[in-house]
Amino acid sequence: MGVGIRVENLNAWYGPTHTLKDVSLHIPANRATALIGPSGCGKSTFVRCLNRMHETNPTARAEGTVMMGDLDIYKDAAPVEIRRRIGMVFQRPNPFPTMSIYDNVASGLKLNGFSKRRVLDEIVERSLKQAALWEEVKDDLKKKSGASLSGGQQQRLCIARALAVDPEVLLMDEPASALDPVSTSKIEDLIFQLKSQYTIVIVTHNMQQAARVAENTGFFLTGKLVEFAPTHKIFTMPSDKRTEDYITGRFG
Amino acid sequence: MSALPKRSPGSERALKLRRSFTNHVVTALSIGSTILVLAPLLLILGYLFYKGASSLNLDFFTKIPAPVGETGGGMANSIVGSAVVLVLASLIGIPVGIGAGVYLSEYGRGQTLGNVIRFTADVLNGVPSIVVGIAAYALVVVKQGHFSALAGGIALSIMMVPTITRTTEEMLATVPLAVREAAYGLGIPKWRTVLSVSLRTASPGIITGCMLAFARVAGETAPLLFTAFGNQFWSWDLRQPIAALPLQIYTYAVSPYDEWHRLAWAGALVLILLIMISVTLVRIFAGRGMLKGGN
Repeated sequence: MGVGIRVENLNAWYGPTHTLKDVSLHIPANRATALIGPSGCGKSTFVRCLNRMHETNPTARAEGTVMMGDLDIYKDAAPVEIRRRIGMVFQRPNPFPTMSIYDNVASGLKLNGFSKRRVLDEIVERSLKQAALWEEVKDDLKKKSGASLSGGQQQRLCIARALAVDPEVLLMDEPASALDPVSTSKIEDLIFQLKSQYTIVIVTHNMQQAARVAENTGFFLTGKLVEFAPTHKIFTMPSDKRTEDYITGRFG
Repeated sequence: MSALPKRSPGSERALKLRRSFTNHVVTALSIGSTILVLAPLLLILGYLFYKGASSLNLDFFTKIPAPVGETGGGMANSIVGSAVVLVLASLIGIPVGIGAGVYLSEYGRGQTLGNVIRFTADVLNGVPSIVVGIAAYALVVVKQGHFSALAGGIALSIMMVPTITRTTEEMLATVPLAVREAAYGLGIPKWRTVLSVSLRTASPGIITGCMLAFARVAGETAPLLFTAFGNQFWSWDLRQPIAALPLQIYTYAVSPYDEWHRLAWAGALVLILLIMISVTLVRIFAGRGMLKGGN
């Protein structure tokens, strides 16, 4: 089951650049939450702070409180443990190029030392089915490399790979921006189904996409969270002038 | 784009002709260079076959050198000795080289120690092989009190390390950040990511680097002169002097006997063929089980 995330006064830096300023927000469990905003507004930095990926960059730094349920992820746990519980899907599909489809999906478990064959087989099948990829790849699981799939298939493979470690939260950083419209709509269908079991945070440049998949939407601008509200409210009667300007296409 | 001036049909044709001419010239030049590069290799190989193949027989691969004045004999002990010394050198050089390369690429970026290691590796790469031999002599042979296969292996491993280190570093640098991030995003620890994701992704290039280093030291004579020293008899003891093909070729080539000269040619041919075969085998072996990606 998914779990909610509460963020309080989150600040983040890349070197001297202050990219995230005093962001506070509550991401409800088992819902899809969309984050929109122009390029460089800090929304990607924000999701990368949620699973402590931000700090893999040696110049990066973050301060503030991020609570996942009752767990303070910056105080109570190691980054690797957080990342197992908060999965991530990236902008460009990034399957492990030398691994088979099967090994890609199983990698999160295998490389963390889990090796029970029968259980792995089940998890791989379940994850690929969840990612709506099973039917397309079930005959080539161990024969084909993850990199031999099409872009849209690769992205669903990456989703399956993230699901295989059984996270509670799934972060998606513009998961469809490198994909064609058909693949994009498959990913959106997927998000729709997955949110019954996971808490989903999706960064997107595509406002229709936010409107289609997310219950709540947050609008970021120059490192600040300008507005966070139910999606229909953001798109029909935003309370902030800047939100309105952005969604009506006046800038960004 | 539309600012291109209009040309008359005549000058259009002249332009086409000139472009096609340039194209042909450049193609011819690059083909010519390729031939120039390959020609010495083929000439050497051909000449070795011409001079050496006639002296190859079963005895060459099964017998040890015959005493002076007797005909026949072979280089069996040198072939085995070379193999022993090279396996030893690889066992030391490959792990150390890959380890250092991993440090340079994954942990030592922008750090003083990393820069020092990188610089040292580059300098070591340029050190003449005879100097490496002297170093191994001073460090191992003098301490041990006698020449040994071990000293030869160590000398060759010192020569392998810089090549392997730098190739490993460069190949790891080509692994995209996105691939590493995928691993971090799954909660895979950094050390495991390095071993199972980065190194695995870079492995074809790293294997090539190891093979280059191996092939290079396989033919080295100078570092073995006063380390492995050579041996006219069978020896399996790593603490004792051992025969090696390059040494045996050298000994025979500078001897005054025609018979030995012929054997030296045969030895050179066998050395080159063995290097080619082992490199090919490693490539086939390492390429097996590796899935080819698209894109």
